[in-house]
Amino acid sequence: MSDIKYDVAIVGAGPAGLSAAIVLAKAGVNVIVIERGRFPGAKNVMGGVFYTDCMKGIVEKFPNGAPVERHIVEQRMWMIDDESYVGFGHKNAKFDKEPYNCHTVFRAQFDKWLAKQATDAGALIVNQTVVTEPIMKDGKVVGIKTGRPEGDIKANCVIVADGVNSLMAKSLGFRTKLKKESVALAVKEIIGLDEKVINDRFNVTGGQGVTIEMTGSLFKGAEAMAFLYTNKKSVSLGVGMIIEDMIEHKINPNELIESLKKHPAISPLIAGGETKEYLAHMIPEGGYNDMPQLVGDGIMIAGDAATMVNAVHREGSNLAITSGKLAAQTYLEAAEEGDFSSASLSSYVDKLQESFVMSDLKKYKALPKLLQKNRQLLDKYPKLMNDAAFELLTVDGVSKQEKQKHIWKNMKQQIGFTNMLKDLYKIWRSVG
Amino acid sequence: MIDLSKKDSDISHYKDIWVFIEQTDGKPAAVSFELLTKARELASQRGCGVVAAAVGKSVSHLAADVFKYGAEKFYIIENEIFANYRTEPYRDAICELVIKYKPEVFLVGATTQGRDLSGTVATALRTGLTADTTGQEIDPKTGYLWMTRPTFGGNLMATIYCPKHRPQMSTVRPGVFKAVPVDDPKEGEIISEKINFTEDQIVKKILKKVISGEGAVNLGFYDVIVSGGKGMGSKENFGMIKELADLLGGTWAGSRMAVQLGYIPQSRQVGQTGQTVHPKLYIACGISGAIQHLVGMQTSDTIIAINTDREAPVFDVSNYCIVEDAVKFLPKLIEKLKNMQKFGG
Amino acid sequence: MHILVFVKQVPDASQVRVNYETGTLIREGVPAILNPFEEHAVEEAVRLKNEYGGKVTIITMGPPQASEALKQCLSRGADKAYLLSDRIFAGSDTLATSYALYEGARKIVELEGDVDLFFAGKQAIDGDTAQTGPGIATRFNLPLITYLIKIDELNLEEKYVIATRLTEFGQETIKAPIPVFFTVEESLNILSHSPLPYLIKAEKAEIELLSGKNVPLDKEQCGLKHSPTMVKKAFTPEKRQRGATLSGTFDDVVSQTADKIAPFLKKVS
Ligand SMILES: Cc1cc2nc3c(=O)[nH]c(=O)nc-3n(C[C@H](O)[C@H](O)[C@H](O)COP(=O)(O)OP(=O)(O)OC[C@H]3O[C@@H](n4cnc5c(N)ncnc54)[C@H](O)[C@@H]3O)c2cc1C
Ligand SMILES: Cc1cc2nc3c(=O)[nH]c(=O)nc-3n(C[C@H](O)[C@H](O)[C@H](O)COP(=O)(O)OP(=O)(O)OC[C@H]3O[C@@H](n4cnc5c(N)ncnc54)[C@H](O)[C@@H]3O)c2cc1C
Ligand SMILES: Nc1ncnc2c1ncn2[C@@H]1O[C@H](COP(=O)(O)O)[C@@H](O)[C@H]1O
Repeated sequence: MSDIKYDVAIVGAGPAGLSAAIVLAKAGVNVIVIERGRFPGAKNVMGGVFYTDCMKGIVEKFPNGAPVERHIVEQRMWMIDDESYVGFGHKNAKFDKEPYNCHTVFRAQFDKWLAKQATDAGALIVNQTVVTEPIMKDGKVVGIKTGRPEGDIKANCVIVADGVNSLMAKSLGFRTKLKKESVALAVKEIIGLDEKVINDRFNVTGGQGVTIEMTGSLFKGAEAMAFLYTNKKSVSLGVGMIIEDMIEHKINPNELIESLKKHPAISPLIAGGETKEYLAHMIPEGGYNDMPQLVGDGIMIAGDAATMVNAVHREGSNLAITSGKLAAQTYLEAAEEGDFSSASLSSYVDKLQESFVMSDLKKYKALPKLLQKNRQLLDKYPKLMNDAAFELLTVDGVSKQEKQKHIWKNMKQQIGFTNMLKDLYKIWRSVG
Repeated sequence: MIDLSKKDSDISHYKDIWVFIEQTDGKPAAVSFELLTKARELASQRGCGVVAAAVGKSVSHLAADVFKYGAEKFYIIENEIFANYRTEPYRDAICELVIKYKPEVFLVGATTQGRDLSGTVATALRTGLTADTTGQEIDPKTGYLWMTRPTFGGNLMATIYCPKHRPQMSTVRPGVFKAVPVDDPKEGEIISEKINFTEDQIVKKILKKVISGEGAVNLGFYDVIVSGGKGMGSKENFGMIKELADLLGGTWAGSRMAVQLGYIPQSRQVGQTGQTVHPKLYIACGISGAIQHLVGMQTSDTIIAINTDREAPVFDVSNYCIVEDAVKFLPKLIEKLKNMQKFGG
Repeated sequence: MHILVFVKQVPDASQVRVNYETGTLIREGVPAILNPFEEHAVEEAVRLKNEYGGKVTIITMGPPQASEALKQCLSRGADKAYLLSDRIFAGSDTLATSYALYEGARKIVELEGDVDLFFAGKQAIDGDTAQTGPGIATRFNLPLITYLIKIDELNLEEKYVIATRLTEFGQETIKAPIPVFFTVEESLNILSHSPLPYLIKAEKAEIELLSGKNVPLDKEQCGLKHSPTMVKKAFTPEKRQRGATLSGTFDDVVSQTADKIAPFLKKVS
């Protein structure tokens, strides 16, 4: 049996693993990426907004040649309840200038393309192979085991980028099982529509696109986060909910997306569309406080596997790309010394601290807990806002002053004035 | 191999509709008579004759049946070497007949033997072959044969024709057309051809033949198929499936999952990688109705499904949906049917 | 020993859906896969290679994307893969396909040496014609063994093979000289889990390209224009509707079901 040996073995060909692979391969490092799917992106899911900036230093002239759908010129935020929404939007001509801030993408195509960049740079990607555990020697990681016969791979360093449900992080003892209160399950449909119909319905032209982020209660009173993004000839409609809430409210994801599709604000936007794909995926929402140990002897963890998701802004792929890049750079420095101990690799954590990754994650670190403990923030407020707007905007002979009074009364009854102040303070503390 | 230079390239010289009479050990395949019946209809539209052709150790005894189903002529090649079907000598014999007598249309049953033979015959003759058809029609304008067949696992039907090459060949699924004898059968003409083959010219030797009840079976022959899946729970429970099939004069089959679990042999698998069936009645017991299964049975006339899951996709193609535990339901159903059989209802 | 396997990349028929309004297939998003029967053909070829020595070569005719299917064969342990791809093959029916593959295979014989065993799948799941294999065998004038379920014996010195195939009524075991052409059933073998070195080798392998440029072709036998069969029209079969759910007590449902089935009851003699 011949020994398989590489400088670096990467677990998972998502954005984190591939960006690391590209940076390493470009520097001439002998790198292998092991991916469990049929091809990179085969099973990967995201709403689909990809930020351009993170590609600096990884792929030149992005998005030239990349499979992007529309560049986003308008972002809408909606607070929703079962039958209405209150929202605001931001459309800006600056978003319509190159380099575009962000694009919608399909992960199946995008990851495949990113993988091509990695193989073109000289990385080797092996698909349809599951990494089962690290190979340890004297307490150090010296490689990975795969589920295949003759499947051991030796490496100086392993970069773990196997996504939200990281087997590797668990078997290394870097983290415990995912907690059902800090992981959301998201389901998403790609709904085919005519390009012109999309342009008309969202008031855009050509390659322009719109995103809508929604929070509130949709179904059985449970809080959900939902999104609608425009692609060239389809829209991506998705909704996510903390798994614990799904269990508690006995909600199945199917019902959730079905009720979203019937929502009066959504249904006209997707009318006449045909569901082309149905996808489901988990999102780690625990944020900074939920992060596992990031380095060990001969190992670094990047992307979703390290809970690097900014749930509030639905950013994840850019954090994954950036962390993958930083892990690769750390390896390159460590290789100069030939030292892959955790002390040497700990500069990866420093690099993350200096980048937006950690500062963003820190900024929002209290939020997941806060939202967990204070259901009203996502549940009652959107409902109240909607009721209030309805009342204010309904012309029924009641004076506006009278209405405002009534709205206040309603709010105070439901939540209480001091509670309201406290909530506002908490939010301000956690995001301010 | 045949000498292609002898083949007439003027397609206007090709006449009549031919049917290959398939036989094994002298026993004819039912599909051959189905095709003769269909050929009569096509020939009357085309204004031509219906001709049968057979190759075998001895096939002349088939003449009575062949004429009963409407053939006007019966070409035969008999020789010891044809005792067992083998691709190459059968091909060469059929090609000889075709080159000599120039049929316009040549129909073959889409059986194991028919599919093996027709692919090689069509290539040897450099003509078109439409496989596994379920519809045959003569274009009234051009006189071409329109052959309709399912593709993409039955999701799409395609009508195919072969304008410039003769004969127009197709294999036809068993059971699609009904075999109907002619009212006043006429004594047709038997034309016997000789072929100068000897056994030592044939490189393939059959060492052993296993005729097995359990083994290969052409599910396409049956009007009723009772089929079981993983939901049957055990190999023993397939006893009920077999009993019901027997009661209905049909046969039994199953899903790939039933094969993988060892409940039934692969030769009885229905579906994309098993057999395609279209019986008058298909009873699916404990089968979810994965698309790979459905493509093999959704053209059945009547489908009855028994499944504990009200949402099982098999119900989407079923005429009657029974939301019950098949393992409990079948014994009762069998008992009831036995009573009906005994007491007539 | 040299084994040549003919493989086809097909749309995963189970994921093809029909748009009943337009009567067309929705092929978008339908993954292309290696035809399932060939997966077993390659498995068998590699098994034989590991037992008897030699090499396994793969050929497919198709668009450039078909190299994905070739890669999959390489990761099952095949040694070399050829993609036969040329515009002039577009729209080939089975006769034209078997011609193209015949010429491609002859080129491979020239490059890689004589072939002992030829393998193809029983049928491709997109067209289900089961003609291409017999077609190629006929052009090579090779003994053909279709519906292969077992290779009982392979004797390379005396150059013969003993193999078992399915027939309508059972099985038969045939002795044939080498070279020989097989089309295979799924039950031929159980797919093994490829070792990692195979996958690594596959990722590094170069796919060899064949086209009109390096394969001598008679253009009069290629592509749509020179295919004897033509598609007149394509349409979707009528969609089946979900029928009645039989309801009532258990015994009611049994009776109702029995009534539906009664017409098929065998007459007691
Ligand atoms: C519904 C939804 C919407 C989202 N929307 C956005 C958005 O709009 N914008 C944004 O930036 N982010 C979004 N995200 C987050 C984003 O998708 C993730 O943060 C990002 O994909 C993380 O990249 P990654 O490389 O760390 O992990 P992944 O993309 O999950 O990649 C991990 C890879 O590892 C492979 N793998 C896993 N285990 C093994 C194993 N044992 N062996 C081998 N391979 C393995 C997987 O198959 C996968 O390919 C969204 C997420 C979801 C679920
Ligand atoms: C390339 C490929 C080719 C394939 N080809 C074929 C093929 O040719 N043929 C084929 O069949 N499949 C084929 N399959 C497999 C197919 O996808 C399904 O996996 C298979 O058909 C499922 O078999 P099943 O319905 O028996 O089992 P399951 O899908 O597990 O369904 C069992 C069903 O039984 C029901 N059930 C359980 N208990 C009971 C009970 N007591 N009474 C009543 N109902 C009960 C359950 O509700 C369920 O619906 C293929 C797959 C692939 C990938
Ligand atoms: N384009 C092709 N390239 C290589 N092999 C093919 C091709 N088409 C068909 N085959 C082989 O022929 C078999 C039968 O195909 P078909 O006649 O299309 O049902 C397949 O299982 C393949 O092994």
